Amino acid sequence: MYDVTIIGGGVCGAAIAMYLSKYDIKCCLLEKDNDIAIGTTRANSGIVHAGYDPEPDTLMARLNVRGAELIEELALKLNIPYRKVGSMVISFDANDEEHLKELYERGVANGVRGMELLDKESLLAREPNLSEEVTGALYAPSAAVVNPWRLCLAMAETAAKNGVEFFLDSEVTNIEKVNGAFSVTAGGKLYDTKYIINAAGLYSDKIAELVGAKDFEIRPSKGQYYLLDKTSDWLVKSVIFQCPTEKGKGVLVSPTAEGNIIIGPNAESGNERDDVSTTREGLDFVAQEAAKTTKLIDYRENIHSFAGLRANSDKRDFIIGESALCRHFINVAGIKSPGLSSAPAIGEYVVEILEDCGMLLTEKDNWEYPAPHICFAELSDEEKAEICKREPKYGNVICRCNLITEGEILDALNSNIKPRTLDGIKRRTGSSMGRCQGGFCGVRIHEIICNYYGIPAERVLWDKNGSYIVAGKVGGKK
Amino acid sequence: MTKRDIVIIGAGPAGLAAAIAAYEAGVKDILLLERDREAGGILNQCIHNGFGLHRFGEELTGPEYAAKYIDMLKDTSVTLQLGTTVLDIENKIVSAVSVENGFEQIEAKAIILAMGCRERNRGPIFVPGDRGRGVFTAGAAQRYLNIEGYLVGKRIVILGSGDIGLIMARRMTLEGAKVLAVSEIMPYTNGLSRNVAQCLEDFDIPLYLSHTVTKVVGKNALEGIEISQVDENMKPIKGTEKYFECDTLLLSVGLVPENELTRSAGIELDPRTKGATVGEDMQTLESGVFACGNVLHVHDLVDYVSAESERAGRSAAEYVLGNCAVSETPSKNVRNGLDVSYTVPQRINTEKIEKSVDIFFRVRKKIKLAEIRVESEGEKIAAFRREFLAPAEMQKITVPKVLLDKANGDITVSAIEIEEDAQ
Repeated sequence: MYDVTIIGGGVCGAAIAMYLSKYDIKCCLLEKDNDIAIGTTRANSGIVHAGYDPEPDTLMARLNVRGAELIEELALKLNIPYRKVGSMVISFDANDEEHLKELYERGVANGVRGMELLDKESLLAREPNLSEEVTGALYAPSAAVVNPWRLCLAMAETAAKNGVEFFLDSEVTNIEKVNGAFSVTAGGKLYDTKYIINAAGLYSDKIAELVGAKDFEIRPSKGQYYLLDKTSDWLVKSVIFQCPTEKGKGVLVSPTAEGNIIIGPNAESGNERDDVSTTREGLDFVAQEAAKTTKLIDYRENIHSFAGLRANSDKRDFIIGESALCRHFINVAGIKSPGLSSAPAIGEYVVEILEDCGMLLTEKDNWEYPAPHICFAELSDEEKAEICKREPKYGNVICRCNLITEGEILDALNSNIKPRTLDGIKRRTGSSMGRCQGGFCGVRIHEIICNYYGIPAERVLWDKNGSYIVAGKVGGKK
Repeated sequence: MTKRDIVIIGAGPAGLAAAIAAYEAGVKDILLLERDREAGGILNQCIHNGFGLHRFGEELTGPEYAAKYIDMLKDTSVTLQLGTTVLDIENKIVSAVSVENGFEQIEAKAIILAMGCRERNRGPIFVPGDRGRGVFTAGAAQRYLNIEGYLVGKRIVILGSGDIGLIMARRMTLEGAKVLAVSEIMPYTNGLSRNVAQCLEDFDIPLYLSHTVTKVVGKNALEGIEISQVDENMKPIKGTEKYFECDTLLLSVGLVPENELTRSAGIELDPRTKGATVGEDMQTLESGVFACGNVLHVHDLVDYVSAESERAGRSAAEYVLGNCAVSETPSKNVRNGLDVSYTVPQRINTEKIEKSVDIFFRVRKKIKLAEIRVESEGEKIAAFRREFLAPAEMQKITVPKVLLDKANGDITVSAIEIEEDAQ
């Protein structure tokens, strides 16, 4: 019998798992896909919002500001790509300027520190490549960018190291209430548990429905993006937003934690929950909106276009708490923007909720972070020499665009939550994410996976189940 | 830190030819660094024939062509170091890493950049749709097939008519895959005409000119591809969609010189070629750093890569041996004239030329018959007649020194369409 079962291995599920791993309870996480961090977490802007957007006294306001502080700490401890680049909300006319003042006031109420309202001159002094039409900006120095899936993976790794059990390929298909506890069917196996945390993202209303507690609805909203090569890194220094509208925070132009430039997203409603296709219309719209921010974007530098789905709901705020319709069933749902920024704070908050539900939580005395991720490219010359002496495989560069070595790929394979796919390696190491998009290194990583697991090449997956990389051996029997 | 006379980065066709030429020109202390496990570069996966007609007067396969140079290397004192990735170049100090030697730094008197190129992929060409497995660059599929022994798919659509795509259309057909279509956004093919004939026409593979992929279908794995005709502005025309059920989309949409090291070393690049700006001696604007092969500009034929790289090797040797001609006058720029999209070299110092200089260039459009005009300050100094020019086929003119000496300022190369009887 588990004390707590978390459904969903996105950034919220991982954060909850990490904070629960600090206590002496039996806890597991069920993920429907073959890896964690591959739903909403893997395809979003990667912005750690300062916290001036949410209305005061909402969960979003409180958890955003706290979450942003926690992400900064975690990034340092676990070597997660993170940069505190600050953000600008830019104005184009007097209406916008009024809006910026409101955001400023809201930020002050939410406890955001260091904000400034900039005039056109000081804005362009900081961001010289913005359009001439800008009239000013709200500058928030505490905004940052983070690699969202690396944040999720690092928290999940920490949870796994401290005893949380992770079950992949475990889609929850049934939940029975038995003697005041739950019996969860996932991936054909039964998991008995006292508490359920529903962090199933785009599918959280479906999970709530399984216990007869569907009092909210998920309304997926698709957003499409461009990701430019690092050669465009001169374009903007900070996250550049336009004034938010009813539909969302609008199209941003921003550096990523790794130094690429990300442009997007648009907002499309009425999507299927697994539709992450890009469209010409969607990408054209993003380019058209981004052109208001800066006219200097060179789309020939685009290395990847992608789409992600926001797990928006029919409620204004995040839905976090014990369900009114089902005891010991705790929803963490409708986690829209600023969900990523809030994630670690959501983890902390769920611990409080469990305590309020009457769960007895005693802290472990042997809890610890895993060793921080090694990133060869970031090491100094002396450190590179040193690490190659210790393990020569760090001298074997596999991904030439992002300089990822065999040593780092083996670190990923030896981690607690083992990647089995090419994309799993990519998310953990940053391989195949450069300008060649795996053209050179894909074959080599494929080979390393085969050797590590002792499986034939035909069985290696590119990403989700069914995505076999090669169709068959040449000259083999038909 | 070790010291070397010449360090060459990349042991593909360019690096190999440069190494041998530099050695023959009298420099014995040469280090040739290669990141792969074998020398030969991309030639190793090009198992079709057609290499070496110009250089060796016979048709060789890629590995055979590479083997000729690797064999020549054996009789020299050039050190070939495999499995070594160069991390950066600063003030002629090369930092590299390998399993064998770990992290090392090498100080060179001269450096030759021969890193080759990479394939353009889905990013810059906006192929909309799902992102399931099954979209490969043609070269990656070629490596899987010819080196690793795996077919990436059974039903194939190819976007782009670059040479690698054409070669792969034939190659995959021969291995039992069905190539359903080759879609090319331009109104003409992007590969050599001989490849269109031998790889598509001979195998009845349909070629759709002025067509592009408008949708990729298949959430986890590719299920189909929609292509549409495009108008003169390259915008898809509604109502012209064709759908192919397939498991693989190969992209053959161009090659890009791989100049990350060049860029980080602060060496000036030419936006037209995306390679370094070089003079007639293949020297970049940084003294003692030379460039050749596909890292400089993308070639169609390896034979020309070898010839260009030999020139770079000889120049580097002269530089090291102190035999460089010294010139008081600055170089003249070579500029695009009408319908010319780039030239290499980009700068010529007429005083340093012995007899003549080869200028490589590409045209912007198909031209049946053209006068290639070399001008300076509005005055024609040389002209060449060329037939059947196409953007896909690199052109070369050899301009004698006596004619170049007439140039008083920058030099312009243009391709002027002429009538048959106007000669």
